[in-house]
Amino acid sequence: MNDHAAAVITHEGLGGLIAGLRAEGFRVIGPRLRDQAIVYDDIESVADLPAGWTDEQEGGHYRVRRREDAALFGYNVGPHAWKRFLHPPLLRLWRAERSADGMTVTATSEPAERYAFLAVRSCELHAIAIQDRVFLQGPYVDPHYKARREGAFIVAVNCGQAGGTCFCTSMNTGPKAEEGFDLSLTELLGDRHEFLVEVGSERGAALLAAVPHRPAERQDAAQAANAVARAEGNMGRHMRSDDVRELLLANLEHPRWDDVAERCLTCGNCTMVCPTCFCTAVEDENDLAGNAAERKRRWDSCFTMDFSYIHGGSVRSSGRSRYRQWMTHKLANWVDQFGTSGCVGCGRCITWCPVGIDITEEVRAIRGEGGSDGRA
Amino acid sequence: MEGLERIVSEHRLFQGLGPEFVNLAAGCAKNVRFNADQYLFHAEEPADWIYLIRHGQVALEVATPGRGAAQFETLGEGDIVGLTWLLPPYRWGYDARATELVRAIALDAKCLRDKCEVDHDLGYALLKRFLPVLVQRLQAMRLQLLDVYGSAG
Amino acid sequence: MDRLGERAPVMAPDAMLPLIARVARRVRELPDTWTLDLVAADGGPLMRYAPGQFTMMYAFGVGEIPVSVSGDAADQTRLVQTVRAVGKVSEAVTRLAAGDTLGLRGPYGTAWPVAEGYGRDVVVVAGGLGLAPLRPALYQLQAERKRFGKLVLLYGTRRPEDILFRRQLANWRRQLDMEIEVTVDHAGAAWRGHVGVVTRLIPRLGIDVDNAMALVCGPEVMMRFAASALNDIGVPEEAIHLSLERNMKCAVGLCGHCQFAGSFVCKDGAVMRYDKVRRLLGLKEI
Repeated sequence: MNDHAAAVITHEGLGGLIAGLRAEGFRVIGPRLRDQAIVYDDIESVADLPAGWTDEQEGGHYRVRRREDAALFGYNVGPHAWKRFLHPPLLRLWRAERSADGMTVTATSEPAERYAFLAVRSCELHAIAIQDRVFLQGPYVDPHYKARREGAFIVAVNCGQAGGTCFCTSMNTGPKAEEGFDLSLTELLGDRHEFLVEVGSERGAALLAAVPHRPAERQDAAQAANAVARAEGNMGRHMRSDDVRELLLANLEHPRWDDVAERCLTCGNCTMVCPTCFCTAVEDENDLAGNAAERKRRWDSCFTMDFSYIHGGSVRSSGRSRYRQWMTHKLANWVDQFGTSGCVGCGRCITWCPVGIDITEEVRAIRGEGGSDGRA
Repeated sequence: MEGLERIVSEHRLFQGLGPEFVNLAAGCAKNVRFNADQYLFHAEEPADWIYLIRHGQVALEVATPGRGAAQFETLGEGDIVGLTWLLPPYRWGYDARATELVRAIALDAKCLRDKCEVDHDLGYALLKRFLPVLVQRLQAMRLQLLDVYGSAG
Repeated sequence: MDRLGERAPVMAPDAMLPLIARVARRVRELPDTWTLDLVAADGGPLMRYAPGQFTMMYAFGVGEIPVSVSGDAADQTRLVQTVRAVGKVSEAVTRLAAGDTLGLRGPYGTAWPVAEGYGRDVVVVAGGLGLAPLRPALYQLQAERKRFGKLVLLYGTRRPEDILFRRQLANWRRQLDMEIEVTVDHAGAAWRGHVGVVTRLIPRLGIDVDNAMALVCGPEVMMRFAASALNDIGVPEEAIHLSLERNMKCAVGLCGHCQFAGSFVCKDGAVMRYDKVRRLLGLKEI
């Protein structure tokens, strides 16, 4: 953080922030209501935001519904994560062409967009930080991620409520955005609908300075703190996480893996919606004449048989081993690989699992705490 | 006999065995040699001898009609040829052929069986030495059965 | 995290973009296995690499596969790789003739820690095509012969006709101060060598087990049995190195495919220390 004092803005100020970012050449991405879900898409003005909508989440269940107020950020997280912009689902890598002398290879990836992300939740900031470790801080850097990540402007938003599948407090990833943003908003709902703004960077301060704002007063800060405390207090799920790595690694042959395999459809939804899952596959395509070939990179899932294919067959041919791979990777092996858990407690994998498999419940079952379904 | 006792006691199978046992075993032993391509024994013959190889290589073979002899294992210095001597009906199930000049200690299987019957301490000591050889061969055979180099590899 | 092997020395700016290589020579080793000598498209040298590393070979329009380097790392004029035709990419790669081009990325992965064997006995255990990734280490052992104690190569394969690098093995046996034992799983009566799995040769090794290093490469089951047998005779787990195989797509630890518990085989391996992987090798579907 820094010394910049918090400020308060209205809808007009928020509109100014969006306009200011657009004027600086950023492509502003934020929450929009589309196809009965709150997704991340282009935002041109405050009017695009899902005013008065919230989401209702449970295992295998997601519905948007009207709120009683006009909150702009009164939902939690939807099926989208910011990774779809920083780590696109489909990316052209290069093109090969036959030449008189053999072949040539040319990079084809489009120039990276300059993104400004509006309304990034604390769990999502942590997810971005985790993907930073994967793509930027290892011996090899992903240049495509780097180009999109560097310079991306981040406006965080603090949660004023928790969703039915949220458990960020268990993973120490929220609900308050602590770092990794340029500006952070807390929606102040009441007689006056305003937003408390905290500044996280110099360019955040500069942007804020250019829009109408007033200094935050003590009661503004108190109201914002109350909102965050409310979210903290109504987490939909809990999971003991301090020993989960050791727990899972000591139970790689636990009968619970057979149990979850009975329910798991190995559809891979959890990996698609997870904000940290990063696996990809490459595809080669030819033109009909066979003179040009293109290589693309596509999100992949450890739930497919192809994922672990080596000559002769798949290493992980059973659903049991694939679920175990996903969950032990997320909660245990990730720590060995990247020095952090791969789970931020956003609850997407629970919500978007077609059969409602609940990672917090699976951990509890392996821990030997049967019975409870993980609901707080 | 003294020379033979020394040779017997130096073989891997008997190393560390007390002199009283070595003497008993050596009482059933003789020195033998086989030239290259000479057979130590053939399948279906009585398992009358156990061979402790001192030098050279012995191939264990099974003959297949139309395809000649298939070698399934070769044994060398320090190895034992013939593990069926201890179990009735004391009959070889395969051929054993010297692939080069082989020097070995031959132990009279009946003599040894009789001594083991009389002296169970000797019998137990020998069993403890034969059993690991059996288990090692079994484990190797498992890996061989997997045919790991077949297509992957 | 824990060091599982020696870190790869090279890093490309866009690791996914292949460079163009040209086939300078193509030699049939076995009916389905070929060795390609590769040079840069302009005929110059391609890349420096360490024994045990691999490259990603791209056949035009077909796809990419990981292939271990099988040549002499000291010879920078060409990159030598041995490929068995078992899938569509490897079939396309082995069909390439002298003068043809292919895409190439790398080298990637950890190296055989040959220098850790200085002053010690070194046992090399190869199974099947696993001799190819070990050949660069054998070249180095040969080049620096005086720095090592006793050298032993145990090589197991399926049948006498499947023996890889047969002429070279014969030459090495003549020229090198190295014990070379070749064993096959099945043989006709004419075969004069050993018959039996390669692990059977391990208890007969006359090496100083307290001061020895072992390099093992072959099918995973064979490596598991071999490493276990080496440990049984007293070679410490930390002195045994294996080269693992998993699905490798990006080869730089970013695509996730080759995960092996807490490691990525592409960047934390393929060469890994036995003590780090022993327990995992015993688990199914890891």
